[in-house]
Amino acid sequence: MYDFTLHRPTSVDAAAAAIGGASDGKIMAGGMTLIPTLKQRLANPSDVVDLGAIAGLKGIREEGGNIVIGATTTHATVAADPTVKAKIPALAHLADGIGDPQVRNRGTIGGSIANNDPAADYPAGLVGLGATVHTTKRQIPADDFFIGMFETALAEDEIVTAVAFPVPEKAAYMKFANPASRYAIVGVMVSKGPAGLRVAVTGAGPSVFRLTEAESALGGSFTADAVAKVTVAADGLNSDMHASAEYRANLVSVMLKRAVAAAAG
Amino acid sequence: MPTVSMTVNGRAVTGDVEGRTLLVQFLRENLHLTGTHVGCDTSQCGACVVHVDGESVKSCTMLALQADGAEVTTIEGLAKNGDLHPVQAAFREHHGLQCGFCTPGMVMSAVDLLKKNPNPDEGEIREWLEGNICRCTGYHNIVKAIQSAAADMKG
Ligand SMILES: Cc1cc2nc3c(=O)[nH]c(=O)nc-3n(C[C@H](O)[C@H](O)[C@H](O)COP(=O)(O)OP(=O)(O)OC[C@H]3O[C@@H](n4cnc5c(N)ncnc54)[C@H](O)[C@@H]3O)c2cc1C
Ligand code: FES
Ligand code: FES
Repeated sequence: MYDFTLHRPTSVDAAAAAIGGASDGKIMAGGMTLIPTLKQRLANPSDVVDLGAIAGLKGIREEGGNIVIGATTTHATVAADPTVKAKIPALAHLADGIGDPQVRNRGTIGGSIANNDPAADYPAGLVGLGATVHTTKRQIPADDFFIGMFETALAEDEIVTAVAFPVPEKAAYMKFANPASRYAIVGVMVSKGPAGLRVAVTGAGPSVFRLTEAESALGGSFTADAVAKVTVAADGLNSDMHASAEYRANLVSVMLKRAVAAAAG
Repeated sequence: MPTVSMTVNGRAVTGDVEGRTLLVQFLRENLHLTGTHVGCDTSQCGACVVHVDGESVKSCTMLALQADGAEVTTIEGLAKNGDLHPVQAAFREHHGLQCGFCTPGMVMSAVDLLKKNPNPDEGEIREWLEGNICRCTGYHNIVKAIQSAAADMKG
């Protein structure tokens, strides 16, 4: 790992100033992705700005009917939070399935979405529930936030401060996990609620996407039968040592049916 | 060079580190607490697990400076007055180790599990150990040791 100057600001303003003032600055939250990247010398920032000492970025609150999760709230906190478990159990379940206990004790929602790994779970959670990303500059609907592989709508010096989730009537997340890392080979979030009918798929493509065919089918009837014939083409899906594009395409149909069955309860 | 201060196994310590110094490096190289191991560079094996402010974390994936002001417990801090912690004693009793490389991380992870869930079933133990890899034992005796420690700690 190359050396860098570490900053530990205690306010969002100080963090924004530190990142703005650095010649090549990098934000750090849980470090669960950034530190392994630095160890491999895949990045060489002059400055790293750790958000961990900013109390205002942590925690979960209810606000205007939404559940608002601070950017540096860990996966373990989301998984165990009584409000999230009561209002959006599908989101608590998603957070509880990320990596392993020690990854969940450090990794954060803001870091996960800013990184936008094609196999990450939270992107499906945000798009599938119709969440809104709050940053130091604006509010971005999840549909416009995730742009492509490891690419988001965030500017270089823009910091995610929170994510606001509307409370769905029903929702469920099902993933087929990579047995080694627990990242999603394919993960599907379905929901029905204030944000409409939503089906979001992670792991299968270069970035999370909505499955509109399934959404229309669920508009007719919210049952696993209604989506039984929904398929996706393998063209353009990810293919790697873990799963071919064809296998992923099939997994999308399987996870979709399981998620709808679980949400329909 | 920045200075870091923390409490490690009940003792206040301080040292000069670089921005990039990992917590595990600080523990092993500055404090000579070599019970905490490094088994990978992908944050997957769990040989480096310690407790920071009561939560189990991978000390290879945290900067020493991020632990500034924190309470850190390593495997060396578990035994009290020469008596092994019940989880350590159970690993010995039930042959929960062979080469021992993964053991410090396994034990620290198991202690965190039993704090959160004093009565885990076999499935919950196996799921919890997702982030701890053992190349030797096949895990059966590790799971047995943790079940036995859970019973001892209740009794
Ligand atoms: C062994 C292992 C298994 C894992 N398994 C899974 C899994 O099953 N599913 C899954 O989804 N993920 C998994 N992860 C990733 C994990 O969820 C990480 O928590 C996540 O990728 C990054 O979050 P972080 O808080 O650690 O971010 P960091 O590593 O600190 O940062 C990641 C990136 O986000 C940027 N960033 C961080 N916070 C902000 C912010 N508030 N605003 C703007 N930019 C920001 C950083 O600059 C960096 O580029 C795994 C990781 C490991 C090591
Ligand atoms: S050394 Fe492998 S996870 Fe820390
Ligand atoms: S005892 Fe050898 S790695 Fe676990």
